[in-house]
Amino acid sequence: MRVGCTVNGGRVTADDVWEGESLLYLLRERLGLPGSKNACEQGECGSCSVYLDGTLVCACLVLAGQAEDRDLVTVEGIGSADSLHPVQTAFVEAGAVQCGFCTPGLIVATHDLLRRVPQPTTVQIREALAGNICRCTGYAKVIEAVHLAAGRMGSS
Amino acid sequence: MKAKPRLAPPAVVSGRVGDAVQRPDAALKTRGDFPYSSDLQVAGMLWGATVRSPHPYARIVSIDAEDARSMPGVQVVLTHEDVPGRNVYGLEIPDQPVLAMDVVRYWGEAVALVAADHPERARRAAHAVRVEYEVLAPLTDPEVALTEDAPKLHPDGNITRRIKIRRGDQNPRADVVVTGEYEVGMQDQAPLGPESGLAIPDDGGVDLYIATQWLHIDRSQLAGCLGLPPDKVRLTMAGIGGAFGAREDLSMQAHTCMLALRTGRPVKIVYGRAESFVGHVHRHPARLRYEHGATRDGKLVYVKARIMLDGGAYASSSTAVIANACCFAVGPYECPNATIDGWVVYTNNPPCGAMRGFGSVQNCYAHEAQMDKLAAALSIDPVELRIRNALESGGSLITGQVVDGPVPVAEILRRVRAMPLPPAVTSEHLDLTQMPGGVSNTTHGEAVRRGVGYAVGFKNVGYSEGFDDYSTARVKLSVVGGRPRVEVHTAAAEVGQGLVTVQAQIAGTELGVHDVIVLNADTQVGSAGSSSASRQTYITGGAVKAACEAVRERVLALAESELTQLSRDGAGGSDDWRLENDAIVSADGTAVITLATLLGEEVIEETREFRPRRTSPLDPETGQANAHMQYAFAAHRAVVDVDTELGLVKVVELATAQDVGKAINPQAVEGQLEGGAAQGLGLAVMEEIQLKDGVIRNPSFTDYLLPTTLDMPPVRIDILELGDPNAPYGLKGVGEPPTISSGPAIVAAIRAASGRSLSRVPVRPHDIVDS
Repeated sequence: MRVGCTVNGGRVTADDVWEGESLLYLLRERLGLPGSKNACEQGECGSCSVYLDGTLVCACLVLAGQAEDRDLVTVEGIGSADSLHPVQTAFVEAGAVQCGFCTPGLIVATHDLLRRVPQPTTVQIREALAGNICRCTGYAKVIEAVHLAAGRMGSS
Repeated sequence: MKAKPRLAPPAVVSGRVGDAVQRPDAALKTRGDFPYSSDLQVAGMLWGATVRSPHPYARIVSIDAEDARSMPGVQVVLTHEDVPGRNVYGLEIPDQPVLAMDVVRYWGEAVALVAADHPERARRAAHAVRVEYEVLAPLTDPEVALTEDAPKLHPDGNITRRIKIRRGDQNPRADVVVTGEYEVGMQDQAPLGPESGLAIPDDGGVDLYIATQWLHIDRSQLAGCLGLPPDKVRLTMAGIGGAFGAREDLSMQAHTCMLALRTGRPVKIVYGRAESFVGHVHRHPARLRYEHGATRDGKLVYVKARIMLDGGAYASSSTAVIANACCFAVGPYECPNATIDGWVVYTNNPPCGAMRGFGSVQNCYAHEAQMDKLAAALSIDPVELRIRNALESGGSLITGQVVDGPVPVAEILRRVRAMPLPPAVTSEHLDLTQMPGGVSNTTHGEAVRRGVGYAVGFKNVGYSEGFDDYSTARVKLSVVGGRPRVEVHTAAAEVGQGLVTVQAQIAGTELGVHDVIVLNADTQVGSAGSSSASRQTYITGGAVKAACEAVRERVLALAESELTQLSRDGAGGSDDWRLENDAIVSADGTAVITLATLLGEEVIEETREFRPRRTSPLDPETGQANAHMQYAFAAHRAVVDVDTELGLVKVVELATAQDVGKAINPQAVEGQLEGGAAQGLGLAVMEEIQLKDGVIRNPSFTDYLLPTTLDMPPVRIDILELGDPNAPYGLKGVGEPPTISSGPAIVAAIRAASGRSLSRVPVRPHDIVDS
């Protein structure tokens, strides 16, 4: 089947999509957007977090066909082509990135959190990011990065 | 032109040893633009899938692939008959078939392969391969595996390795004796990036883009299995989504290469999470029986231990893991008499091998529980008892090895004890997320008891028992765009730990150059050894340093010969020249000549191997030897709140002190201490591969529980930099100690809160509530 949707502000179409394919597969393998990651493919780890019509979802739990005529924003659409979003900069500076496989999901989830709660407490950060598993960092620097980003975005 | 997938472009890193340098790959990773092995694509690529055994132990009667071969999109189905070379591999003992031949020995063992034009078509064809099995009763109890009547899973029997350590009096007497039996469950490394790689056939050989911990050992195993000379098997590192030991063995490497060579097309294999659970080895489950004897004033007289590791179906690195488990069985304590007996055996459980901590994690649960028991029996404070027995510099291990350099066991214990304790949770400011059970709203503080526990642990850094530990680095200095630039090329795996900045920082320090680029790792340079055993900063760092020193020598020689023609007024003697700030400077810091001017078009390149101190094998009867090269120590304090009615645990805080010798990149060191502690917490209270008759019952992140932001507490960190005189910059390996004593400290704290003996990890609710 053919699937057409808006991704990161641009209209895209993919042909020969198999009905069983996930949105994650559509993004990664057909639309050239491998930033959303394939860690558990079961909605547990948050590595494939994307916005679907403004709502944070795990792309692995959405069928490709469900994206028809919807608006998607992936990690590739969080910053601009030539500069990082403050959330991304904060993750880099805080040392919140090690292997980085969870990072795209954390970036999108943090972006979503700060949109809703511009100055979150540590408890709110922990609650909001509990669906994003990181195996490397132990989360300390992730939480530090969220505070750093919130501080900068709030003062700008 | 040869097809090549896109890999991460090398980036310039500027920094010196000791700076908190940002990772050059971090920005790419935050944009989703860093190519991991599972992201790779080239035109015409096929997808591979693996047919796996649904039985832990069975004879293969027949394999019928006819239906699968005729399915749409399927290009090829391969079985053991199609393995071009030796159908066997293994890190230490070649005992594992690439594809099972006549027998399968574990649930999920690879039996056949499919390549198709879509991953789902490949998976469906894999399901359509009909394998007839004669099912056998699986051998799943390691104790039974030792018995005479047990079926022999491998030609030489079921004992993969037996270790004996005998030190001092073998019939010692002590004032106080405590005994205990402990059990450790099977932990999964659970790197987030699944096993994956892309093989591209070319010129009678194959290019493999792969996420692995050691390119060269993959290559040597692959060359054998594929029947190709090593130079026809070219490996290039693709982005690695974590490792922790899970990428030391081959997983899909030989499979994807076989499919690519047979079809003549690029083939990618990407495991799903369930397949990943059978696609790599796990941490050995352990049963440990201990007896500690001490004097009335709390000095250890002897330790006797019997350690049984379940190695599962194939050897992997089991022989080294059991050696570690035995060598460090007593913990970082002085103990004049020891009798340690260890076995690692074959069973029909999933194969076990390397995971962060490598044998020291299992025994630390036991020896630290024993120290607490001893402290209770003697009415001595548990930390005080540990300090009284703490190993010191110049002291010796139960293997007889004298440990030189700083050995701050007592010091790190004192430091974690001295750190402030977190405040108690009060009912006035009730925050459910801080309660055991969290927002499940299971308690508002009723029946919640706080506990504090301590543990200290240690392990070796680098390879052991005479294994030739070395790494190779190629360093090139040239002028690019008018600026001097250093390129560092090694085969060392950047698994997330931060080796990429470490290499650049060392080159930047040694050559005084701002712009350093670390090239992507591949087999076009000599072996770096594995990213394991906390060894890469030491060994590959040492190789980079040595290659830079060779480059520096040539630069200074060149400067001396070039500048003999010029006036050297004010420049001082060339003996005092050094490289700094992209220039050669004299002793007083005056620039003699810039590197850009000196070098012009000239390129200076040197390659060096670096080897640390040699080690020697354990004596087979006594286990006495200088078997290890360096030791790293960490201590943890855990504070927990336990709902003693429901058995739920909230880890409130971890505190740690660790001697890292020299923090090459302090921010990355903190990341290791925090992340390593999280994996220790996982084994203590959450993570276990649950087996029933050899079958994994929870091969998913839904059922195998990993610590989240709500499980992992803040970690107080005290980093000591005491400087090991034998190591480059005085550094010590950092990665593993955080995973060793963090879990035992948590379990000690749960014991303190609940009053339960808790002899098994992970601790489950019913362990706390029942008994």
